Amino acid sequence: MSAVFKAEFGMGKTIQAQCLVASDGFSARYDLDRIAGRFSRPAHKLFGEPYHGKILVLDTAKGGVATAWMLYEMKSRNIFPAAIVLNTVNPILAQGAAHADIPMLCGFSVDITQAIVNGSWLRLDPKAKILSIIDTVT
Amino acid sequence: MDLNQEEKAILGGEFGPVVKAALEHQIKVGDFFGAADFVEVSQSHIMADTESLGAAGVQWLESLASHPLQERLVRIPTITDPRGTDFSKAHVLKQTQSMLSLEERAIKALMRLGVTMTDTCINYQTIMAPILGEHVAFGDTGVVIYSNSVCGARSNFEGGPSALAAGLTGRTPRYGYHLDEHRRATHLFRVQYGPKTLNEWGALGGLIGRTCANYWTVPYIEGIAEVPGSDELKHFGAAMASFGSNALFHLAGITPEARIFSNLKSLHLTAIEIHEADIMGLQNSYRVTDEVDVVVFSAPQLSIIELRDLAAMCAGKTFLKPMLAVTSPQVKPDADRMGYTATIEAAGGTVFSGMCFYQSYAREIAQANGWKRLATNSAKMVNILGGYGYVPMLASMQDCVQAAVTGRLA
Repeated sequence: MSAVFKAEFGMGKTIQAQCLVASDGFSARYDLDRIAGRFSRPAHKLFGEPYHGKILVLDTAKGGVATAWMLYEMKSRNIFPAAIVLNTVNPILAQGAAHADIPMLCGFSVDITQAIVNGSWLRLDPKAKILSIIDTVT
Repeated sequence: MDLNQEEKAILGGEFGPVVKAALEHQIKVGDFFGAADFVEVSQSHIMADTESLGAAGVQWLESLASHPLQERLVRIPTITDPRGTDFSKAHVLKQTQSMLSLEERAIKALMRLGVTMTDTCINYQTIMAPILGEHVAFGDTGVVIYSNSVCGARSNFEGGPSALAAGLTGRTPRYGYHLDEHRRATHLFRVQYGPKTLNEWGALGGLIGRTCANYWTVPYIEGIAEVPGSDELKHFGAAMASFGSNALFHLAGITPEARIFSNLKSLHLTAIEIHEADIMGLQNSYRVTDEVDVVVFSAPQLSIIELRDLAAMCAGKTFLKPMLAVTSPQVKPDADRMGYTATIEAAGGTVFSGMCFYQSYAREIAQANGWKRLATNSAKMVNILGGYGYVPMLASMQDCVQAAVTGRLA
């Protein structure tokens, strides 16, 4: 399995961090307890997981526009994901990442949620649109 | 992105730092999506409740609003989505003074930017519906999907910062649903059951949205024999956008772009059949208990017709459980004048104006009021409230009203 993936869309600075991976969607309003810093939606596959400093690797952006403000608000309180990686993205996630200056990569030739093991260390280079696995959890 | 002379002047700072920063944000987003250039928009609509903004977002708005008048005003009609409170009824929700103070600060800052505080998510019913082909920058998913689908207007989901930027610059990056190629149907659904109530329309929309589950998909739906009304399509679209992040649908024989040849070609796609059992299945999947703590009608805000129907159901009843009905500031005076508000409140309900239930610190008001099991006829709301700690249940308006009377959902 490749350790390097090319994305179609990228935004933000280079970063490396541990990841949280799930084949599920993402909305800051629908899915998170932003005060406790955890996934709070019972049906979400990352329910209960803390997300601060983690690279979120998820399937797609869910409905709703609140994330466009919320990522900035989360960052102001220093409880925020290090970066967001998605198979598909909607404008709200991109706008939110732009406003909050949180790196983002989207659009891969594979299902990125299946290609990466939860807990792995990743390096994102949004300018080059490259995601690299630095250390895989086994 | 290709920039015209005015855009270059904005970037050069000729119109001040506020609009320069707005355009820079838009260019970041436009570059991300490969937008070739900007398109001028006629209206903008900003979602900016303070639960989403937080103190940091309000401070950011205040920093923009502190600039000189000629540098900080929006250029086009710029209106707002619901607020996070109805100040006259905040005590009913047990919202705190800090929540209200933050709202007051946000409102003051937005007004200094020249924003018109309409506080509604049903602007297409009550303010100014966009028309076929009109490019707009709307910031509520239910507003976008309705405007794109039913009115034939053109908008992407514009989150708060982007919608404000569009208001300040008068334009938005030309990508997504501003372009013909993204408006073509990608999925075909054949509906074998005509929804009868708003909750059934919402459940159908939610089902289609959940199946598509991608902003860039456009469902084409056939099989709706009876032309629905605006409220039906309001619930249908709002749920679809919430469940699937969809921004556009085509209803065969009903919505304007469904008649365009390129969309009729979608009829060759393999149809996904939807039956009554599927629609009821989505609704029933939320029925995990019979007891309710609160009944809420919101998301979207209720029209005058919905309030009329609700009042008729409430007449002469006495509620055991709190029942909240949320409408827009444009509708509320008429609801008062028609006696609908008085009838609903005589039964023990409360009619709120200019806010949205789930945008009003829903987790905190649940804890303050002991609300967990919530009945609603809004499929959009049941999709959202699980993350806020509620057990939301979807039922008809009639059944919800009865649940407020008995404390149990039939």
